[in-house]
Amino acid sequence: MQFGIFTVSDITTDPTTGRTPTEAERLQAVLTIAQKAEEVGLDVFALGEHHNPPFFSSSPTTTLAWIAARTEKLQLSTSTTLITTNDPVKIAEDYAMLQHLAGGRVDLMMGRGNTGPVYPWFGQDIRNGIELAVENYALLRRLWTEDVVDWQGKYRTPLQGFTSTPRPLDGVPPFVWHGSIRSPQIAEQAAYYGDGFFSNHIFWPAEHTQRMVEFYRRRYEHYGHGTADQAIVGLGGQVFMRKNSQDAVNEFRPYFDNAPVYGHGPSLEDFSRETPLTVGSPQQVIERTLGFRDYVGDYQRQLFLIDHAGLPLKTVLEQLDILGEEVVPVLRKEFAALKPAHVPDAPTHASRVAAAGGAKDVTVHAAGDGVTGQAPGRATEKATR
Amino acid sequence: MSTRTLAVVSAGLGVPSSTRLLADRLTATTADALRERDVPVTVEVVELRQHARDLADNLLTGFPNRSLKGAVDTVVGADGLIAVTPVFSASYSGLFKTFFDVLDKDALTGKPVLLGATAGTARHSLVLEHAMRPLFAYLRATVAPTAVFAASEDWATGDTGTPALTGRVRRAAGELADLVAGRPPAVPADPFADPTTSFEDLLRGGA
Repeated sequence: MQFGIFTVSDITTDPTTGRTPTEAERLQAVLTIAQKAEEVGLDVFALGEHHNPPFFSSSPTTTLAWIAARTEKLQLSTSTTLITTNDPVKIAEDYAMLQHLAGGRVDLMMGRGNTGPVYPWFGQDIRNGIELAVENYALLRRLWTEDVVDWQGKYRTPLQGFTSTPRPLDGVPPFVWHGSIRSPQIAEQAAYYGDGFFSNHIFWPAEHTQRMVEFYRRRYEHYGHGTADQAIVGLGGQVFMRKNSQDAVNEFRPYFDNAPVYGHGPSLEDFSRETPLTVGSPQQVIERTLGFRDYVGDYQRQLFLIDHAGLPLKTVLEQLDILGEEVVPVLRKEFAALKPAHVPDAPTHASRVAAAGGAKDVTVHAAGDGVTGQAPGRATEKATR
Repeated sequence: MSTRTLAVVSAGLGVPSSTRLLADRLTATTADALRERDVPVTVEVVELRQHARDLADNLLTGFPNRSLKGAVDTVVGADGLIAVTPVFSASYSGLFKTFFDVLDKDALTGKPVLLGATAGTARHSLVLEHAMRPLFAYLRATVAPTAVFAASEDWATGDTGTPALTGRVRRAAGELADLVAGRPPAVPADPFADPTTSFEDLLRGGA
């Protein structure tokens, strides 16, 4: 099982000091957090994508490439990649690039984005969200698996004889998760392709997550990818820990009360009861997290949100120390002991290359010359062979 | 005949409230009218006052907490709905509206609904027609033709009400009973049922 963190890249005022970090500070903090995640033994770092303040992460592959260069083992992912408003051609190119630069340590989580105004900035309309997710992702898959693509759809200009470069590393595209809080159609999409399904899990009651995951597993089996319990499931989680649980509650409360999304609404206690939010001791986090398995079954990836709502970098790094030292080692052991042998681990580049029968070079060599891209004369064609 | 469920939403704030009093009157009379039609009925009452904070939380978090979820499920799953609000500032109360704001936009489609409102004077009575009825028309509910307004003067003769109120209640209850009895029992939609549109159709651009 993989454990990691995911961030939404929000730049939020620290309610205890009234200070708001600059973009530069927050961006550097996230780079530090990602490196720390590897240092404390976590497996995954996932970065959000947003195109409006108060978020900085408009260009996740730039950030993730930097992190890839500074880490050795960390799996890099997204939370989420906007499959609706990004051109699927650019996603195919950007993430194949990143996959090469990161030596295959890349996967993606597709999301629709729920911020209405963002869609028209990219020439789209939120009312077409599901249709965009379906059409764009179908094209993205073709761009990664077919060398030369002719394509026509509803939402982007047609493609004639298009080759997305670079081709996926070793001939195997990055693994894809699909994230959705409330749309069964997206769980259906994940099941149809045999992709992973990630339930954000942190804003809504467990019962809802349970039903979404059950639906995805049932449909995964329906489409013949394996038994329901072999479907690939990831969950979010939100934690804040101190040695004594009351210290954790006291320290986190002002951040909770003023947090984006749910701040100024339910009490910390109410929200902890209604959602997977766990504020308390490391042992409480261990018990709560192990409990997720009771309603979603054996799953493959657990990501925690630990750096939002204006929490200072120092505090976030302390949280990572606690996760790495006290929580994740126990969870690893306990989850592994419970998981039956026929339930797969989260796919990695290595496992996907092995499943594909080994690494293949799939470079598409241009028939033209390397300078102008012009169609060659016979002599040039011979020379390139 | 299978048992039907009447859900009652009362947005009264006082205890006791005249809004709840009217709701109870409408409910009892509707239940009697259904039994006269050989339709067994159970009644579930949702007092919105008890969910005031839950509703504010739902606006921010996007989901109903456990307590509110129970109330929402009761209303969405019912065969008929009796919805009664006090008049605040020329309309239904904010609490009343918030409950219907957090429901799924299709949750009340086709549901038989009886409307009621209360206020200090009968000068507010057209709130039923000018505020409440359009709200439920938007939600595509099937609203009984008679809606019942009760002003302080209607209660002046005590809990039995004035003869006029009793008559209005009886007519409205009969209309709701006819609507409920004339329909098959409600089956709430399951968002997690197997899709009726195949994914291949979605890929081809069909919705």
